[in-house]
Amino acid sequence: MEELVNLFHGFAVALQPFNIMVMIVGIVLGVVIGVLPGLGGANGVAILLPLTFSMPPTSAIIMLSCIYWGALFGGAITSILFNIPGEPWSVATTFDGYPMAQQGKAGEALTAAFTSSFVGALFAVIMITLVAPLVASFALQFGPAEKFAVYFLAFCSFVGLSKEPPFKTIAAMMIGFALAAVGLDSITGQLRLTFGFTELLNGFDFLIAVIGLFGIGEILLTMEEGLSFRGGNAKINLRVVLQTWKELPAYWVTSMRSCVIGCWMGITPAGATPASFMSYGIAKRVSKHGANFGKGEIEGVVAPETAAHAAGTAALLPMLSLGVPGSPTAAVLLGGLLIWGLQPGPMLFVEQKEFVWGLIASMYLGNIVGLLVVLTCVPVFAAILRVPFSIIAPLILVLCAIGAYSVHSSTFDVMLMLVFGVIGYLLKKCNYPLAPLVLAIVLGDKAEEAFRQSLLGSQGSLGIFFSNTLVSTIMILGLIALFWSVIQQGYTRLRGAVA
Amino acid sequence: MTTGSSSKPGPTHKLVEAGITLLIALFGVIVIIGSVKAGINWGAEGPRAGFFPFYIGIFIVVSSAINLWNGLREDNDELFAEWGQLRQVMSVVVPTAIYVGAMPFTGLYVASIIFIGWFMRWLGKYRWVTVLAVALGMPIVTYFIFERWFLVPLPKGPVEEWLGL
Repeated sequence: MEELVNLFHGFAVALQPFNIMVMIVGIVLGVVIGVLPGLGGANGVAILLPLTFSMPPTSAIIMLSCIYWGALFGGAITSILFNIPGEPWSVATTFDGYPMAQQGKAGEALTAAFTSSFVGALFAVIMITLVAPLVASFALQFGPAEKFAVYFLAFCSFVGLSKEPPFKTIAAMMIGFALAAVGLDSITGQLRLTFGFTELLNGFDFLIAVIGLFGIGEILLTMEEGLSFRGGNAKINLRVVLQTWKELPAYWVTSMRSCVIGCWMGITPAGATPASFMSYGIAKRVSKHGANFGKGEIEGVVAPETAAHAAGTAALLPMLSLGVPGSPTAAVLLGGLLIWGLQPGPMLFVEQKEFVWGLIASMYLGNIVGLLVVLTCVPVFAAILRVPFSIIAPLILVLCAIGAYSVHSSTFDVMLMLVFGVIGYLLKKCNYPLAPLVLAIVLGDKAEEAFRQSLLGSQGSLGIFFSNTLVSTIMILGLIALFWSVIQQGYTRLRGAVA
Repeated sequence: MTTGSSSKPGPTHKLVEAGITLLIALFGVIVIIGSVKAGINWGAEGPRAGFFPFYIGIFIVVSSAINLWNGLREDNDELFAEWGQLRQVMSVVVPTAIYVGAMPFTGLYVASIIFIGWFMRWLGKYRWVTVLAVALGMPIVTYFIFERWFLVPLPKGPVEEWLGL
């Protein structure tokens, strides 16, 4: 019951006129970011983060999280109308969304996508409301060993669940950890890995890495493909919306399944992209209309969109309650919390009740606002895509430069951003995942601290990570996640041998 | 692939990937060297500063070796990209590098105006009116949003000083 009372207090915070305004601005910016190539949830939030320095933290996080929701909504628009996924998690939406648009059913596809996104998000927010306080109070008793075990589990899930080759995931992740280690060592106060460069004293800021890797890298990829946008017109009117809403309840099983998949993939940091693919794949296998998937089946839009949005939202659960972000965008939000002087993790629920519940309440409201905004403004957003790339590209590059500069008011960071951009382009082309790299930069120091403190307590014995039931359970879950693909392969082979 | 092997229209994926893997391994070696310098053993205060990154460096080198092996074993004749595509990419990277390099001296605004103008005029072939409208408009909008409304200072050069901004 206490949670409900807290939630109502949260609504009172979120419903303040200034916060409502901030919410709408955030959603609109987010959809624009989601529609534009080169700007996505993570780097969009990173670029706009400095704008929030002068706001109260609650309003700031509401604006940034609404940008995130907006970006999640926006990805669907480009997928359906232009067959160009604005975000990686909307790739699966193109499979059936674009054929629908070609058959003149763009309105239906968009309505289905937005409504599914909304349902997925709502499910995830309800889950966060119910589960996050429990996880947080549970995590309050964590010592350094348990903390490290949680980080271990998070990173192992990346290796086991991502579709990239496991050793590439490990390499990318370790590059992130190494970058995080550069500069002042937080425990001994000693300098390391700077090789005499004074610019490296403070290490690498992950915001710069995010803007470079995702923003500049994406622009370079788009440039290489030399793509031009051609696509159908977007017309949504109330009749189409109501018509589609009448149809949608028939797919409630798909919806619920996708919600669960999304939440699971969002909490374990596999993220929205694999969630959307997995949900699409399962829906295709299970559905009565499975054979029609790929030819413009509305269920093929419902499944990935629900899962992607549920995952994107659920990624905030571990960020808030444990301080471990479930996605790069959640990591940027976590970076924001640190800048505003808030320590993410279980103590947040004790010390910053107003902030946490204001944020959670804003998730409910933000998604309602988001649904209304996208349903009414699709043609406007689609028009943005018709602005030629040779105008959009330099503007985005300048925006990235401004974002990178304003993090620390340093022009060195802007150069670093470009370097990260080129690295991001090359790594992406060679099939290295970027999300674990970014998360490792964010969590590197904390993971190391937890690791070293645990070892200090045990005089250097690794046995501390298996010293009680709690920590060993988390560690074993981590190991299972790490070897998940091997286990899966073994299982299939075993079944093949038995049959 | 119908193109002859003698005149490839671009570098092969295998070659580029091997090069990148080697660079990552080199990065790992640098991390190891730096960690050893910082001290990787136990001191009075517990594990010393290089302890954790040392193992990270080892992980980087080992996983790169495996990636290199896997990459070379693969039977893959695909191109990384065509030369023309790479030229497109460089046509963004080089001007952006100049833009970023000039920023400490000219400030953000002047550099942005020239950069956007160059991009639109030479890659987009727009009329000068359009070019000037966007190239001047964007920095002006930026100035008001960032510096005036949200009080985020951006780098300024001699021109801004002369204008008294």
